[in-house]
Amino acid sequence: MLQHDIIIVGGGLAGLRAAVGLCEQYSVGLFTKVHPIRSHSIAAQGGVNAALGNNPEGGDDTWQKHAFDTIKGSDYLADQRAVEIMCQDALEVVYELEHWGCPFSRSDEGAICQRPFGGAGFPRTCYSADLTGHVLLNTLYERAVSKGVAIYEEWHVLALAASLERCHGIIALDFQNGDIVPVQAAATLFATGGYGRVFQHSTNALINTGSGIGMAYQASVPLKDMEFVQFHPTGLIGTNILISEAARGEGGWLTNSQGERFMQRYAPKAMELAPRDIVSRCIRQEMDEGRGLEHPLGKYINLDLRHLGEERIQKRLPGIRSLCKDFIGVDPVKDPIPIMPCQHYSMGGIDANDLCETRLPGFYAAGECACVSVHGANRLGGNSLLDTLVFGKRAVRSIAEYLQVNTIKPEATLLEELARQWERKLAKLAAGKERPFRVQTRLGETMSDNVGIFREKQALKQAVEDIVSLKEEYGRVGLTSASRHMNYELLNALELEYMLEVAQAIALGAYQREESRGAHYRRDFPKRNDPDWLKHTLVSKGKDGNPLLSFSKVEITNYQPMERTY
Amino acid sequence: MISADTYTFKILRYDRKRNGEAPRFFSYCVEALPGLTVLSALLKIRDELDGTLAFRSSCRSAVCGSCAMVMNGKIELACRTQVASLGGDRIVLEPLPNFEIIKDLVVDMAPFWKMYERVKPWLIRKSPEPDKELPQSEAERERIDQFVNCILCAACYGSCPVLARDPEYLGPAALAKLARFTLDSRDERPASFLETVNNEKGVWGCDTVFRCIDACPKDVRPTDGIVALRKDLVKYKFKKLLGMAKDEA
Repeated sequence: MLQHDIIIVGGGLAGLRAAVGLCEQYSVGLFTKVHPIRSHSIAAQGGVNAALGNNPEGGDDTWQKHAFDTIKGSDYLADQRAVEIMCQDALEVVYELEHWGCPFSRSDEGAICQRPFGGAGFPRTCYSADLTGHVLLNTLYERAVSKGVAIYEEWHVLALAASLERCHGIIALDFQNGDIVPVQAAATLFATGGYGRVFQHSTNALINTGSGIGMAYQASVPLKDMEFVQFHPTGLIGTNILISEAARGEGGWLTNSQGERFMQRYAPKAMELAPRDIVSRCIRQEMDEGRGLEHPLGKYINLDLRHLGEERIQKRLPGIRSLCKDFIGVDPVKDPIPIMPCQHYSMGGIDANDLCETRLPGFYAAGECACVSVHGANRLGGNSLLDTLVFGKRAVRSIAEYLQVNTIKPEATLLEELARQWERKLAKLAAGKERPFRVQTRLGETMSDNVGIFREKQALKQAVEDIVSLKEEYGRVGLTSASRHMNYELLNALELEYMLEVAQAIALGAYQREESRGAHYRRDFPKRNDPDWLKHTLVSKGKDGNPLLSFSKVEITNYQPMERTY
Repeated sequence: MISADTYTFKILRYDRKRNGEAPRFFSYCVEALPGLTVLSALLKIRDELDGTLAFRSSCRSAVCGSCAMVMNGKIELACRTQVASLGGDRIVLEPLPNFEIIKDLVVDMAPFWKMYERVKPWLIRKSPEPDKELPQSEAERERIDQFVNCILCAACYGSCPVLARDPEYLGPAALAKLARFTLDSRDERPASFLETVNNEKGVWGCDTVFRCIDACPKDVRPTDGIVALRKDLVKYKFKKLLGMAKDEA
């Protein structure tokens, strides 16, 4: 059995930020299924929001205005105190990363560059060309290396070890050796990222299966607002590779088959820089009404950057240009980029408060896997990197305070018994006949077809039923080989079990919520309904193993819900 | 451009846990679909043909650095390589050279990360931090731009002829990372730090045959970094000789 004071699961921005803050005072073990530098934070492009006021057009910006934009963007579902904390702390965490070496793009005055982003009243998105996630993750990993954080690389977590009263640690699979290892700790932080792979079309990496969220659910920790799924307006056709909002922030246009900048009809003021939920719906509607274009890889809309000119494209969006050239042979300097909306981000997640605490003592969550909620029904671009940095850091204080008062030791016997259960479970899993990828493909199809940008009762019912039958089929899943080291098929099968739980929570939440708010759009209930639905959805595992829905209050401080126009 | 109805992938397979079994090639046929990348072919093989095949992958968009390998003798990222671009219907896949194989296309990257850590790859500061950002001009930032772009995929490490004969050589990625910091206007590491690479295991080990530059999927030129470090070292030595080096002690 391994022992640490603190277990951190996930080596992306939130996990590393927490680790560098805790490792000097405590024994920290950071468990990650891929090398930290391979984490999906690396793929973030556009930037991180903070009201620094560096851009001449954003001189009057304040954290309060950032908070207002975030709350309006969330369609008033975000908890307002948490948003205020995030926007206030934003300045400090961005400067901190700069001091640690993050190479932000620079203005003529030598200050951090800021660009306009969707749903924001000021240019407040700090960036490094279109590789902001890449530079932030490298900086935090460098910091972690300098402090000697103990990293368990390519260790896959199997389960959270919880009793009714508290969290005792995790059960992990050392993937290179194939050993099942119980790990004991007084505090465990999940920073395990999102679940994009639950959908057929997603910008997310292959590792983003939402396992951490599923593990929390299995351990009876409630999930919050799972029906709120962000569909990014601009995924590269066919590949679903993310084309950053920075492309529109820098002045890119969206045009339909008639060459029309159609956003004029939907959001005349904000145009292409309306929030993502709105832009994605507009694109989908244009395509549904026959104004899309045809490509061998599917229908699409144009993202036109040509008027920006080669110099600006090469300087501000070099990553986008290479992606387009490498993956579909289009140079955005010469031709428009064919895009379509696809799944991008999980607003919902493990129910946590603004101290990253969950309802299970000793268990914490931060970053995309958590739902604090600072994004509510729709996240603004540039707020996800901010979320990871602010709440990764807040977890440091919160866990340190807990360890100072906590005197109870985690139970070794509970961990050992759970590890034995997993030994038996893995042996049994190897024997089934159904291939895991078939179940996963069908899950992705039903989620993308029925729980997408536009939703309605019948389709959602279909998804809920499909998931129940896929869960049954999961019982028949088997593996080509029973060996456990470097067995990626085994990894897929383990992830799939949790993906089914996550998908069920999303579909049930969406079925239940009979209104339209932010990214959750019901054709049969097209209006926001504050009297009945200004509340968070909670899904927890009932005693019979089936999901139970309940609701909780939205915290409102200074911003009363208003109609959301752009 | 599709050159055939199906592609035959010959993949070198090995399992270090099975002592004594030599690496050997296995063949798999995959249907030629438009836009098929080497990574999507590998995923198809693992899903549908052989669940035991091991390879690393994650972002599928050439940013995470998981999937560097050898394709028909050339090192590239599997995710951004179109199968059709490889020419011909037989594709040979091998793991990155200069590493020990763990299983199939998965190599043990530990030596790569050991070299990375050896150059102290983080911003070293002595001055107190200001309340806001450390000032840096865009021109100063641009000096480190290409090295910042490194995704640590180890394509350069796998292609380096020096590493092939001397595993103790720091290698192109680690040296380029060191240059990323020594060239950063904000870094305050003592000039004497360069002494740690002033040898045949460091900057003087490079053959300057530019294999790393050819192999890099991100257009980083590690040799530029190595040459910059050599120049800095010569400058530092000269100053030291004249008693002008700031941190001689």
